[in-house]
Amino acid sequence: MIRTLPTSKTYNWCFKTYVILYFTFLFAPLLITCILAFNDSQFPSLPWKGFTVDWFTANLPERVGIFHDQINLDSIWVSFQVAFFVAILATTVGTLGAFLFEQEDFRFKQLLYFMMLAPLVIPGVILGISLLLFSNTLGLYFETRWNLDVELFRPGFWLVVLGQFSFIATLVTLVVAARLKKFDRTLEEAALNLGANRFEVIWHITLKFLSPAIIGAAAVAFLMSFENFNTTLFLVGHEATLPINLYLQVRDGSTPVINAISFLLIVGTSLLAMANLYFSKKEEE
Amino acid sequence: MKNQKRWVLWFFLSPVLLWLVLLIVLPQIDLLTMSFHVENDDGRMVWSFANYLTFFQEPIYWLTFVRTAVYSILVTFLTFIIALPIAFYITKVAAPKFQGFLMMLLLLPFWVSELVRVYGWMILLRESGVINHFLIKLGLLNKPVEMLYNDATMIMGLVYTSMLFMVIPIVSVLESLDNSLIEAAYDLGADMWSILVKIIIPHAIPGIVSGSIVVFMLTLGNYLTPNLMGGKNSLWFTEQIYNQFIASFNWNQGAAFGFLLLVLSSLVIWIGLKLTKQNLKKVVQ
Repeated sequence: MIRTLPTSKTYNWCFKTYVILYFTFLFAPLLITCILAFNDSQFPSLPWKGFTVDWFTANLPERVGIFHDQINLDSIWVSFQVAFFVAILATTVGTLGAFLFEQEDFRFKQLLYFMMLAPLVIPGVILGISLLLFSNTLGLYFETRWNLDVELFRPGFWLVVLGQFSFIATLVTLVVAARLKKFDRTLEEAALNLGANRFEVIWHITLKFLSPAIIGAAAVAFLMSFENFNTTLFLVGHEATLPINLYLQVRDGSTPVINAISFLLIVGTSLLAMANLYFSKKEEE
Repeated sequence: MKNQKRWVLWFFLSPVLLWLVLLIVLPQIDLLTMSFHVENDDGRMVWSFANYLTFFQEPIYWLTFVRTAVYSILVTFLTFIIALPIAFYITKVAAPKFQGFLMMLLLLPFWVSELVRVYGWMILLRESGVINHFLIKLGLLNKPVEMLYNDATMIMGLVYTSMLFMVIPIVSVLESLDNSLIEAAYDLGADMWSILVKIIIPHAIPGIVSGSIVVFMLTLGNYLTPNLMGGKNSLWFTEQIYNQFIASFNWNQGAAFGFLLLVLSSLVIWIGLKLTKQNLKKVVQ
């Protein structure tokens, strides 16, 4: 049954098989994608025709590797920029939100708290379309009222940033607030008694304590933004982010270049994930 | 001192208010008002229920809606059935020194973009895919079979995509389950089934509920997986929304669909919480 109880051989064997099957199920699509990125074939399928790194480095008429594929490189750069701004914005506002809900008291706090949780239960698609509609309404209003043409209100880079920020900030708030709960407030009181003002206390003491959670949340925010599809789909202008760009390619047929990009993504995110895990482990010790 | 306090409160409150009002509340209100508007013969916008009437009069719309809801519940249930033994294995059966490693293995695939995971399944399952290749090599098939583009594959894809969000909450509740309860039940002669139903599941309910909510919501709002893995007949409601917005350019109709999806997701989550006597605040933590 559990570790400490005697169990039959069949039970153990069945359970182990199940776990192995589960992990095979989990990793099969990723492994096969990585392997086929190195197959010397025009299509991402078997049979195996030999090892090649053409799909990364080649610059031939019939084969363009990812490092020479300008459209895909551009979309990766766009995604990086979006993720950078989303991570900064979401981390800042999320941290302020954590302080607000953990340390301040005001009227309608409960109501605001539920509003903050709302993005968790609103599907990403709805966040995307509602922001698209609202920015369009605002754009029309500004144009008819003041004859102003505001770039921000049209689908494009900043609207994507705002759309992703709107739900990622909730996650940052929750993560940082969870850490802030464990903070010993007598430390703050001591500093206040010694003559520091509230902002000095937060800057020198509370933020120091929160920094692992904030850095972790920023990394997660970056990744979530980098990979977001549902919300971005409706807000994207002519600068496609990587997931949108990949989606268009996958829908219309595929080449091993997509495998090569996937390979880079898998390796990159795994490294980031492991670094995150390593640092959080170190923090615990 | 009092003055400074006010200042601090507003310092925290204003960015959070800006975020929630401008990016969440007002867009949702705009979505709702848009959905009650149609263009009349003069090209002006007037109040009307027409968008909702269209939804109920055209079977294709409400059938897709019902299908999406039923399949999302099915996916949530399947995910739970598959995830529970894994969570149990990691927390109670596996040797403690492997737990960290297993958790990392569990998390790793979900750091990778959903698009890459779906793409992996596509190159595994399609007619020229890897699985067909092996089945023919082994002599089990004479000619390749198309395994993509049907409901079963789509459901598998959705289960795969949302697996993590079920496993992690269940792992965290099972960690707090005292082993001695299971040992006591075992010593008193309980069989595995009654231990599962009377001890493990009641204890794990908060984790199961929060996992189910997240999985249900992500499945309902998913666009990528049904779009790329489902067939022509397995239309998902988010695809209807997308069609209204991008293909037909009928934003008012799209807004009505979006609002219906929002109502559905809130309703099912609310019923889920009521049935299990949980509340959102508790589930989030």
